[in-house]
Amino acid sequence: MRTRTAGHVSLAAVVGARPVAEPELRQVRAASITLGAAVGVFGFVFGVGAVSAGGSIVQACAMSLLVFTGASQFSAVSVVRSGGSTASALGGALLLAARNGVYGLTMARNLDGSLGKRLVAAQLVTDESTAMAAAQPTRRARQTAFWITGLSVFVFWNAGTLIGAVVGTNIDPATYGLDAAFPAGFVAMVAPHFRYRAGQIAGLCGALICLALIPFVPVGVPILCAAAAVLIGIRTPDVHPPKVSPT
Amino acid sequence: MSWWLVCLLAGGAYGFKVLGLVIIGGRPLPPVVDRCLALIPVALVSALIMKDTFSIGQDLVIDARAAGVGAAVLAAWRKAPLIAVIVVGAVVTAALRASS
Repeated sequence: MRTRTAGHVSLAAVVGARPVAEPELRQVRAASITLGAAVGVFGFVFGVGAVSAGGSIVQACAMSLLVFTGASQFSAVSVVRSGGSTASALGGALLLAARNGVYGLTMARNLDGSLGKRLVAAQLVTDESTAMAAAQPTRRARQTAFWITGLSVFVFWNAGTLIGAVVGTNIDPATYGLDAAFPAGFVAMVAPHFRYRAGQIAGLCGALICLALIPFVPVGVPILCAAAAVLIGIRTPDVHPPKVSPT
Repeated sequence: MSWWLVCLLAGGAYGFKVLGLVIIGGRPLPPVVDRCLALIPVALVSALIMKDTFSIGQDLVIDARAAGVGAAVLAAWRKAPLIAVIVVGAVVTAALRASS
């Protein structure tokens, strides 16, 4: 078994996966770095937002290390920043985190290894690692893609958060439009969902429910109520939503 | 931001991941549950866009953010990459603030 590439131990060897055909692996590596860089920018925006919501640099970094699921972190910080309660911030964030359970189900069929290794793998289950794994042709390539992408995204996301949190404590985010970077990031996240009918309906209904409730209920609660839009969305029988979205 | 939020969210998020990957494993979910979970992000994130663009606390407002996010929507619709969508949103908002 070849465990060394270009003089250093390959990642596949470190995580105990059997080696995958080189060209395939190189493609996955390149894609995971590109994806990681994009995630790093998201992490930066998150770090700035977390400190502007009153969090410390340590809290921002702890969240990215331990929670490690972008949409949930953005949602929690967004609600706290607008003055919402911890409970409503947590509620919306946990609803968003539930989809990682589904990604876990998908990956469970493709991952080998001991219980300990699976518990580590669980933390790396994200939109990105699942999507990259799902795109591979063989079971072995799916495993390697999962680990490479998961680790790449983990490193970039946390580095981005740290830099963002440090920068955020030293600038006024509004001057650079960084408060609008949050909703702009959300726009990028939902864009793929607006390309099928059920997604459009759920998205539009969620947006309307939120706007209608903002003046009347405490901050953060409209986000929770927007989940009801799912019940309208699932009545649309035409298209199945894509199994995994790229963000 | 409280440590309670950080810790409870960390526990909850990891809990969902372990539930899927380790505890339930390869068994499939009922299709309706699968479909609901797939649609939650689009509903909630769309709501977050509205909140972060058109509100300050419990007041509905229209300010520079609306133009920035509008430009971001346009960029996403034209299939611009993630980073471009974020940068467009921030730059348009900042430019409008600087010029007013």
